[in-house]
Amino acid sequence: MALLDVKDLGVSFTTNDGTVNAVNGVNLTLDRGETLGIVGESGSGKSQLAFAIMGLLAQNGTARGSVKFDGREILNAPAAVLNPIRANHIAMVFQDPMTSLNPYMRVSEQMAEVLVHHKGMSKSDALAESLRMLDAVKIPDAKGRIRLYPHEFSGGMRQRVMIAMSLLCRPDILIADEPTTALDVTVQAQIMQLLVELQREFGMATILITHDLGVIAGFCERVMVLYGGRVMEAAPVHPLFADPTHPYTRGLLRAIPRVDHEGGELDSIPGSPPNMTRAQQGCPFAPRCDYAGDDCVQALAPLTEFAPGRWRACNRSLEELA
Amino acid sequence: MVIDSTKMKSLADRLAGDEVKGRSLWADARKRFFKNKAAVGGLLVLLLVLAFAVFGTSIARYSNETLDFSVMGQIAEKGGPSLANGHYFGTDDLGRDLFARTVQGTQISLAVGIVGSAIAVLVGTFYGAFAGYVGGRTDNVMMRLVDILMSIPYMFVLILLLVVFGRSIIMLFMGIGLISWLDMSRIVRGQTLSLKHKEFIEAAEATGVSRLTIIRRHIVPNLLGVVAVYATLLVPLMILTESFISFLGLGVQEPLTSWGALISEGAGTMNYGTLWQLAFPLFFFVITLFAFFFVGDGLRDALDPKDR
Amino acid sequence: MFAFIVRRLAIAVPTLLLLIVFSFLLMHAAPGGPFVSERGLPPAVLANLNAKYGLDQPMWRQMLTYVWGIVSDFDFGPSFIYKDRTVNAIIAQGFPVTLTYGAISFVVAVVAGVSLGVAAAIWHNSWLDYLAVGISIGAQVLPNFVMAPILVLVFTLWLGWLPGGGWEGGQWQYLIMPVVALSTSFMASIARITRSSMLEVMNSNHIRTAKAKGLPMRKVIIRHALKPAMLPVVSYLGPAFVTMITGSVVVDMYFSTGGIGKAFVDSALNRDYAVMMGVTILVGTLTVLFNLLVDILYAWIDPKIRY
Repeated sequence: MALLDVKDLGVSFTTNDGTVNAVNGVNLTLDRGETLGIVGESGSGKSQLAFAIMGLLAQNGTARGSVKFDGREILNAPAAVLNPIRANHIAMVFQDPMTSLNPYMRVSEQMAEVLVHHKGMSKSDALAESLRMLDAVKIPDAKGRIRLYPHEFSGGMRQRVMIAMSLLCRPDILIADEPTTALDVTVQAQIMQLLVELQREFGMATILITHDLGVIAGFCERVMVLYGGRVMEAAPVHPLFADPTHPYTRGLLRAIPRVDHEGGELDSIPGSPPNMTRAQQGCPFAPRCDYAGDDCVQALAPLTEFAPGRWRACNRSLEELA
Repeated sequence: MVIDSTKMKSLADRLAGDEVKGRSLWADARKRFFKNKAAVGGLLVLLLVLAFAVFGTSIARYSNETLDFSVMGQIAEKGGPSLANGHYFGTDDLGRDLFARTVQGTQISLAVGIVGSAIAVLVGTFYGAFAGYVGGRTDNVMMRLVDILMSIPYMFVLILLLVVFGRSIIMLFMGIGLISWLDMSRIVRGQTLSLKHKEFIEAAEATGVSRLTIIRRHIVPNLLGVVAVYATLLVPLMILTESFISFLGLGVQEPLTSWGALISEGAGTMNYGTLWQLAFPLFFFVITLFAFFFVGDGLRDALDPKDR
Repeated sequence: MFAFIVRRLAIAVPTLLLLIVFSFLLMHAAPGGPFVSERGLPPAVLANLNAKYGLDQPMWRQMLTYVWGIVSDFDFGPSFIYKDRTVNAIIAQGFPVTLTYGAISFVVAVVAGVSLGVAAAIWHNSWLDYLAVGISIGAQVLPNFVMAPILVLVFTLWLGWLPGGGWEGGQWQYLIMPVVALSTSFMASIARITRSSMLEVMNSNHIRTAKAKGLPMRKVIIRHALKPAMLPVVSYLGPAFVTMITGSVVVDMYFSTGGIGKAFVDSALNRDYAVMMGVTILVGTLTVLFNLLVDILYAWIDPKIRY
């Protein structure tokens, strides 16, 4: 049995401009210690997918389908079921550490409360453990800085605090939602390096959500490509990079800037992500796809396993794309 | 009865960000405003009250100063609202026609509200735009002055002013307007600061346009949204201030009257069984304030649509 | 913290001086002197009176004497109308009354307003929320001078439950209507501000983090949401204080409670400038001190403000 089993997950929001279907029929499984990357442009629904799993959707959002953690249904589960799992078994690192940490509370308090609540530790034990964790994420002079407020840390250090906080209970699953997007480029690499090391050290299963395929390559075993709230392609990381089978994935890969790619312009995918308020029946990528035909506008091909562990959702056969 | 500063700030931020889209912003806002039932209702009520103030004098059967000797001394029995004797709203305890008095009170209260808020908006906008645009030391001194003035209990000073310089209606206009520009100047300054570094301002500077012209031609027009909302919300506050002073008997003087003075009279005589003297002025006071608040809120929500 | 307080005081003192000088100049700008209005005073008597009150001195001298009297002894000098009473005596009589019902009203407004606002935000779009929104919209148009007559009409004239005025040493039945009249619109404003700021905070990222920590809703609200949600409320307390003190004038007039508001209006009608100035300066001082307190409270809540 998979540690996390997501079946036919859908997320929609009611807004003034109508219903937005952010995520449609997503399936995924995650085993213990496994690393999964979810890639997509902004608006592809990747963050909402994570929030739905954690039960953190905004008030106007609803989730359908099923999310099982260790065999137990947690989608739309009551607080009594969800709260003991959050942070304790499934922890999350958010995108923007400045606003995601509580700006009005000392870091020590924010960290200790997790352990006091889930592990029933005393305040002083919790503080000592928090300190150890800050050391583990390599915050220099953690002892002297644990009593500071978040705004007194630099961006990179804040994200380290956030990561340390998420690991306090040694969770089974860590969901990192664009953990480096809000940071300086130089710091991004350091944080990713840290995540790689921590994943090895703690061995938790990890879902890394990003728009950056380069980050995925260095971190994940499996990749899922999301577009318009739907899975376009899912595969182990090497085949996906070596031999992408979906026009969208190909576009994404071509858009990665490369040092060895001399001269010429950077490729980009023409057009922009779809307007999610319209009910969609066809392939969401069809308007931007070079290979799209009338059938693509009519209906989306189902996600099918064409080789062991490799899935794609495209009307064009591999031969047609070659 | 306070203008929510967080919402005003959110509006200011949005408008500073959106100035480029100019036209469609206002078109969209108009569409959203007319979808808002409370705001449209408020607008309708305001138009009716305005019509009452404008045409009321010609409908009234009596002048506001005529004493009706036929009811005098028996106000509670004979002075009530009646279509038969032409006192639609009854009479006050001196036998004066309350309909005519309410019309006049409406005229004066609306005038004080509108003129007062116009003065406040003008002074506040230019003060804030100037401080924000010039910046540096000048800005610092100007805003510090605003801080100082804000911590002064203005109502007491206003009453002091009215007592010293005599209780004329001009004084009331000026006094009420001049104490209310402080908040406005702060909001405008904040928005000016964010407008200041926009390309079109820098372009104007580069071509050698003078500071005052830039403020007048480029900054102030872009503040229009905030100013419009603030002015609409300020009018009821001005009416409240005037009514407060008149309620204490320190505002407009007989034979002039205002809602506050009428409410005060009505409240003073209600235990003689002449409740209409309180009810009619209070009714107009309440619906007008409501209407202004709804229109102001509607305007703000139309310009700054956000799920709240 | 200490330096912060000193800096705030450095603004507070000139504010007060400005207020004193301004009111003084205003008083002297008044046409004629304070005794001109009194009928048929022979010039000799007028000169004597002026001499007694120091009005024959050059203006800067009078101002210095006045300011010094306030700064050194908090002495506002004699009343211009009641020949045998000082301004201090008049204020001392009314101030405890104002302070009593004012403080009670303030606490009632803050406690009730914050509770209502928080409850409305937590149970967003429930009947409680609608009730809170309804109350806060309705109370916008029910300032103290409208509330006061309505309360008297209902509870005194119709129901006969409460006395329509008086003070009687502040017994509870004399306190209820002044407190309700004074606090209603503030309670509503505070509820409205609390609700909207609470809603905003509850949608913020750090609350999402707190939820992701698996904390129960109660803890999320108490430990993480309340403090930041209180910031706009705290900044509203300053203006609320001013408006409330202003409102006390209406309460004193309408309920005959005998606070300083009564002294102020009487002096305004009698042109007793000395009392008017005394009350204005006292209220100004209170306001400035209260704002100082609010600033300190704000800095204490928001760690990003470093003194």
